[in-house]
Amino acid sequence: MNRNQPPSVRPWHQTNWDWRASLNFIGGGTGTGLLIAAAFAERGTYMGLALGALACVAFGLFWVWMEIGRPWRAINVVFHPQTSWMTRESIVAGPLFVVALAAAWTGSVWLVTGAAILGALFLFCQARILKASKGIPAWREPAIVPLVIATGIAEGAGLAIAALAVTGNLASRWLIATLVVVLIVRDLMWRQYRRALARNGAPKGALEVLASIDLPFSLVGNWGPVVILLAAIPEYGAANALAVIACIAAVGAGWYLKFTIVARAAFNQGFALPAVPIRGTGKRMAGTKPGWEKPAQG
Amino acid sequence: MTRWAMSIDLRACVGCQTCTTSCRHANATPPGVQWRKVLDVEQGEFPDVKRTFVPVGCMHCADPPCMHVCPSTATKQRPDGIVTIDYDLCIGCGYCAVACPYQARHIVHERDFAYGDGPTRSEDARFDEKRMSVATKCTWCVDRIDDGLAKGLTPGVDPEATPACVNSCITNAYTFGNLDDPESNVSKKVAGTEWFRMHEELGTDPHIFYVVDDK
Repeated sequence: MNRNQPPSVRPWHQTNWDWRASLNFIGGGTGTGLLIAAAFAERGTYMGLALGALACVAFGLFWVWMEIGRPWRAINVVFHPQTSWMTRESIVAGPLFVVALAAAWTGSVWLVTGAAILGALFLFCQARILKASKGIPAWREPAIVPLVIATGIAEGAGLAIAALAVTGNLASRWLIATLVVVLIVRDLMWRQYRRALARNGAPKGALEVLASIDLPFSLVGNWGPVVILLAAIPEYGAANALAVIACIAAVGAGWYLKFTIVARAAFNQGFALPAVPIRGTGKRMAGTKPGWEKPAQG
Repeated sequence: MTRWAMSIDLRACVGCQTCTTSCRHANATPPGVQWRKVLDVEQGEFPDVKRTFVPVGCMHCADPPCMHVCPSTATKQRPDGIVTIDYDLCIGCGYCAVACPYQARHIVHERDFAYGDGPTRSEDARFDEKRMSVATKCTWCVDRIDDGLAKGLTPGVDPEATPACVNSCITNAYTFGNLDDPESNVSKKVAGTEWFRMHEELGTDPHIFYVVDDK
């Protein structure tokens, strides 16, 4: 807390996790999504995609390591698998790297499948880390879980298609079709998430930040790429450059979404007075919950 | 069984912040870190305006989200309900701080001083390196409670065994005691008044009761 900041009643933006934390969700989501997408790519391209995926995950973990207060005690993060999703994420990270590296080295279908499953688990843990953050209304909303998973897979598939195209390979029509479906799902999850926040109540500041990215995220990040990719599937190859741009837009939109949710929309709970003290002959007054969209009880 | 709890009579609190000051004195928290702070809530429009002072801090929840998310097991709950932090285990990840709906946790990464660029003699003497870059919060002066109990004293009754904020309150707004003992100060207060608990709808079962009226 800023030492000059008076204690506030209204929700204010949390100051414990900043852009470095958002990079963990960006790198982890894209990396694990890429690992999942790579499992469906041709064998000859798996190694490059898998190594790229691990680089993304490592990048995210590096930044979260840079954010913690006592980095040389980081190993303590594995002590609480019973209830902590952060512990679970860190425990999955070890086998994820080992299995994905082994899969990249050997090309074994079993290891490739195992790496994809571990990637999915890591991604699920990341989504649950946010949901377990009870002090941040925009994170604890259960609808954030499918949104984070959908965007991770979309980013991974988008990056896989773009990377394959840039290196002179063609992604399968099947992978492109998968990305189209996942982008549509991501947009639906985004709408569901915002509806749920509005319904259950959230700090006005958080709702305003999320509303401000709605149009660019949906139009440039989801529906624009969907239209372009749908057009690209029959042309397959001819429209490659445009498809790459669409994929990059889809990936960038996912990063923008996560940066916004983690580093800009993370208003805390603030405080509320569901009942006001009765003093002397003063009139009874309704409770208050300043800074919230819904002035609900509590 | 023992389950420590606190009640704060909002009718009595005048917002003097003596509790804040006594907490800072008792626990040597650095500038900007208030384990016990007092909110000033203003409602209504002139001339029908109400002002309420609300002391807040760690609610020592029965179901503490900070403990569940803590990846290092640094945050624990004692059998008497007090939520503690082991500074030797904490990695300062801040996950507990975003999980706490009461903004009760603080992480300080750099030393800060009340006056000028250097520490006062008191700040120097009481500086604790262990508290740097880890999560800290109100402990309900657990050392005083434990020491007092060892001496046969009763927390909430004997000042030596009672949290500093409770002792210091000039209007006697605070009450502290064992909620499982129907004869304790806090049990009697809770039984005889109307009260609410902060953000009760989140299911954390907080152990500070805010008294607003008689029954």
